[in-house]
Amino acid sequence: MNRLKSSDGFKAAIPIMIGYVPVAMAFGILARNNGLTILETISFSFILYAGASQFIGISMIAIGAGFGEIILATFLLNFRHFFMSASLVAKLQSIPKHKGAILGFGVTDEVFSVASFAEGQLSERYLFSLEISSYLSWVAGTAVGFSMGSLLPETLQVAMGIGLFALFVSILVPELKKTSKALVLAALSGGVNSILNLVFMLPQGWSLVITIILVSFIGVFVYAKEEEVVYE
Amino acid sequence: MSKVMLLIIGMAIVTYIPRVIPFFTISNKELPNKLKLFLEFVPYTALGALLMPGVITAIPNQPLISLAGLSFACFYSWKKGGMIIPVVGSITVVFILLLI
Repeated sequence: MNRLKSSDGFKAAIPIMIGYVPVAMAFGILARNNGLTILETISFSFILYAGASQFIGISMIAIGAGFGEIILATFLLNFRHFFMSASLVAKLQSIPKHKGAILGFGVTDEVFSVASFAEGQLSERYLFSLEISSYLSWVAGTAVGFSMGSLLPETLQVAMGIGLFALFVSILVPELKKTSKALVLAALSGGVNSILNLVFMLPQGWSLVITIILVSFIGVFVYAKEEEVVYE
Repeated sequence: MSKVMLLIIGMAIVTYIPRVIPFFTISNKELPNKLKLFLEFVPYTALGALLMPGVITAIPNQPLISLAGLSFACFYSWKKGGMIIPVVGSITVVFILLLI
């Protein structure tokens, strides 16, 4: 397998950036409408850098939720990244701690998904260029949204909401051709997450974490036998 | 410092810790096979859960339009692969359907 280069990371970031900019702009607009200053708004994207929890943070501030409540909700919502980081690290060669501290910061759902299925051997350089481009587009989008409002026609802004889902689909679909496991695990996990979320009314953070652990574990249980052949 | 700034810093800390711990603990270690397999499956299970049920509400109150947009992404990436055209194409499909 080819080792992935920095340039591969920059290229792979393009679809993420297309997805991030309109969402980040929407965040900037929402923050401004809720009375946040530009420093606070950009800090959200600059030091927190977690899409869904930024929106939830703003709405919880707006309804006057407590400090502890917001922190706990954020922790739960973003805990899934623990498993995503772990999955990426298992594919990387040993990383010095100071680099790990930076690479860990940039792990989002989208970066993780793109990096996990990149064609080639995952490398620090690739991950770094993928992360930094995605991150900067998120921060820049936030600043533009706050200062200029939506530059886009409203209908286009709404339509762009499909972007990140289309990204996930375009990552998953080619995998379905390669292995039946992709379909089985993804479909099972979509089903479990829908049930936990819609039927049991679990908050998104809980249901994502439980789903990822449960279905990956089921996968190990089901597929461990055939994989032994590969490892031994 | 404003209360909001303190809150942002608190949220950032509890977000950063889970993201970074694996880089400090797993890196450079030989993992048991079952754990390796578990971590190999996380991308599939995460993608499934990130898509469902969220995708239904991607375009507020228009589940069918969401579905139409995604069908384009499915079809194109099945035939040709890539990510940019599926993303831009889905947005275009949804945009046109929202206009008519």
